[in-house]
Amino acid sequence: MTLDPVLLSRLQFAFVIAFHILLPAFTVGLAAYIMVLEGLYVRRRDMVYLRLSLFWTKIFAVAFGMGVVSGIVMPFQFGTNWSRYSDATANVLGPLFTYEVLAAFFLESGFLGILLFGRKLVPPWAHFFSACMVALGTLLSSFWILAANSWMQTPAGYEVIDGRYFPKDWLAILFNPSLPYRLAHTVTGFFVTTAFAVAAAAAWHLKRREHVPEATASLKMTMGLLTVLVPLQIVLGDLHGVNTVEHQPIKVAAMEGLWETRTRAPAVLFAIPDSKNETNHAEIAIPALASLYLKHDFDASVEGLKSVPSSERPPVGIVFWAFRVMVGLGLLMAAVVAWSFVLRFRGGMERSRAFLATTVAMLPVGFIAVIAGWTVTEVGRQPWVVYGLLRTRDAVSPSITGHDVLLSLAAYIVVYLVIFGAGIYYMVRLAKAGPPAETEARDAALDERPARPMSGARA
Amino acid sequence: MIDLVPIWTLVIGFGVFMYVLLDGFDLGVGILFPFARGEEERNLMMNSVAPVWDGNETWLVLGGTALLAVFPLAYAIIIPALYFPIALMLLGLILRGVAFEFRFKATRYMHWWNRSFFGGSLAATFFQGVVLGNFVRGFAVDGRHFAGSSFDWLSPFPLLAGLGLVCGYAMLGATWLVMKTEGELQQASRRQARWLLLGVLAFILMVSLWTPFMASQIAARWFTWPNMAYFAPVPVVTALIAWTTWHALASDRDTVPFLGAMGLFVMCYAGLAISLFPYVVPYSVTLRDAAASPSSLAFLLVGTMFLLPFVFIYTFWSYYVFRGKVRAGIGYH
Repeated sequence: MTLDPVLLSRLQFAFVIAFHILLPAFTVGLAAYIMVLEGLYVRRRDMVYLRLSLFWTKIFAVAFGMGVVSGIVMPFQFGTNWSRYSDATANVLGPLFTYEVLAAFFLESGFLGILLFGRKLVPPWAHFFSACMVALGTLLSSFWILAANSWMQTPAGYEVIDGRYFPKDWLAILFNPSLPYRLAHTVTGFFVTTAFAVAAAAAWHLKRREHVPEATASLKMTMGLLTVLVPLQIVLGDLHGVNTVEHQPIKVAAMEGLWETRTRAPAVLFAIPDSKNETNHAEIAIPALASLYLKHDFDASVEGLKSVPSSERPPVGIVFWAFRVMVGLGLLMAAVVAWSFVLRFRGGMERSRAFLATTVAMLPVGFIAVIAGWTVTEVGRQPWVVYGLLRTRDAVSPSITGHDVLLSLAAYIVVYLVIFGAGIYYMVRLAKAGPPAETEARDAALDERPARPMSGARA
Repeated sequence: MIDLVPIWTLVIGFGVFMYVLLDGFDLGVGILFPFARGEEERNLMMNSVAPVWDGNETWLVLGGTALLAVFPLAYAIIIPALYFPIALMLLGLILRGVAFEFRFKATRYMHWWNRSFFGGSLAATFFQGVVLGNFVRGFAVDGRHFAGSSFDWLSPFPLLAGLGLVCGYAMLGATWLVMKTEGELQQASRRQARWLLLGVLAFILMVSLWTPFMASQIAARWFTWPNMAYFAPVPVVTALIAWTTWHALASDRDTVPFLGAMGLFVMCYAGLAISLFPYVVPYSVTLRDAAASPSSLAFLLVGTMFLLPFVFIYTFWSYYVFRGKVRAGIGYH
């Protein structure tokens, strides 16, 4: 059997990025949450916020460390496995990746040390400032990497010379058509994911009647935030979809499971897409609804998969089902948020054991939705790596063999399973232990001093 | 329009060197981990680098992305050529990077993260040396692609370079610990640093004797007149730095050994630059041939000139906050 280096390289990239994206999905929101907690503590000197911040900073440290090491892998993947992609796109995308490092990674890592280890060494405002810079770094990082990803989805501002892409208009490259929607949808998704994770930890402690002041405060904060963000995310998702219809209609056709181009396109609720026979089995659909939410008009025509040759279609089943997973989980999140909203006026969320149990169970939901969404947009772009310009199979490094990639993929799988297994175990254990005791937090507060020489001497 | 290739050559050369110096000492601390006596010493060793290691590794990410942005052809040839050394280096960096957090969270399995920190640091360093050795050896190129196989890297000179870099980073790590610790750990580090210094000098000698036979360009660069006169200071200054470092390690100087160790890296790096210029893919693609379009270079340079000073300021601030000797009990957050 010959091993296909293209397929294996795709599997390897999907594997390392899927694991990596789980960390930013958590740390982008958590960095902002810690910043808010530190800010509230500096302003109000309320120990509840300090204890919450100490608690989440420990978990953040583990997640961030894993994010850093799994992130270092990424810029080398483009070279080891996708050198022809690198050669073709570097003039456009290289500066974007580099700006991510210069503007974001250095900012995060430069201030992370102070955030984690420096509470006793710098004045409180400097510690808060460090928390702000780490949070800002995570957001800037999202901007640059999603600008690069969006360019691969909706390329703009370039010219082609000898099969390579050269910049013509940097503003058009950066603010390419899908960037605003992708950035808003992704970052909001990250915040929602973090908020559900924080809420799950709070609900777990409330169920057990421990750490009640901290857990109540953090459950109220996160559910309040989610009441705004979840509906907003649904609106942003819709806008992103409309944008995708305009620029990548075939991706949307795969998401919707639509084979024929037609007016009054139905919304397919359930189906088993069959790429070979170009049809759906066991389809359950609502007539004309897809035309409404994709084009905001019942009678609008929606392009189907058959409008392009099968060599230009993505794998329909994966895209179709990943999309349903994402949307389904989004609706589930909306239901939980609505429930919390009702409970607020009926004596409080913290009293309903059913609600608390549900919130604990919601822990992984945001993460799964992020992976599903990422799958929709990346698999939906196939067979292109740069949409309409460069096919994925023409992007792979010419020198690598299937066996090379199989070896490296196996090594990545083993190491990632150990690392992520251990990391998740430690984070769950920290989360279960809860915020530090009164005395420990008071120690941290009393130890705050303006920076002075050799303050590390007190141990 | 002004020629940006020389400016970018300096910026990237500087960035890669920052990585070698900074991650060099914290990888070196990892390599020395098994020589510590007891968990207390290991705590101190790890805490001496815990607040700065991920800032240090960010220079590697900058090196990777900037090579892609500035010399894309070099990136597209060299990185796939070094498929396995790079993958193994990355896996090493993962295993040692997570150890910083996991080790302090672990209870029963702490010794596993000790091993992971040591093994990961060792592997990452060794394979960086292998990458360097292959770089000096040169690459088989066909048009815009690497023309060899994914196992071309496996040959004697790169393996020697790997061992040499392990010795070099360990020396940086040991002199860092001389600067950052006290008492028995410091004394042990002094002794280790002297042995490692001798080892590094031996590797420098071996590499210097081997490379002129390996590549005629290197022989011609160093051993023709008047180059010989221009470059004669390189070995002389190297010897002077080595002598100073040796004596500083024998006396009670805390900081000089680390500065000396960094000085030796500066000289080796300068020697390498002299040997390989103007190639970025030795010995077929020059810096200029591999450079990105002027528009890409200019777009990136504007922001880099603005952002790098800030990177320096807060990197310096972070090192300043954690200055002085590292002591027990400071590692919690």
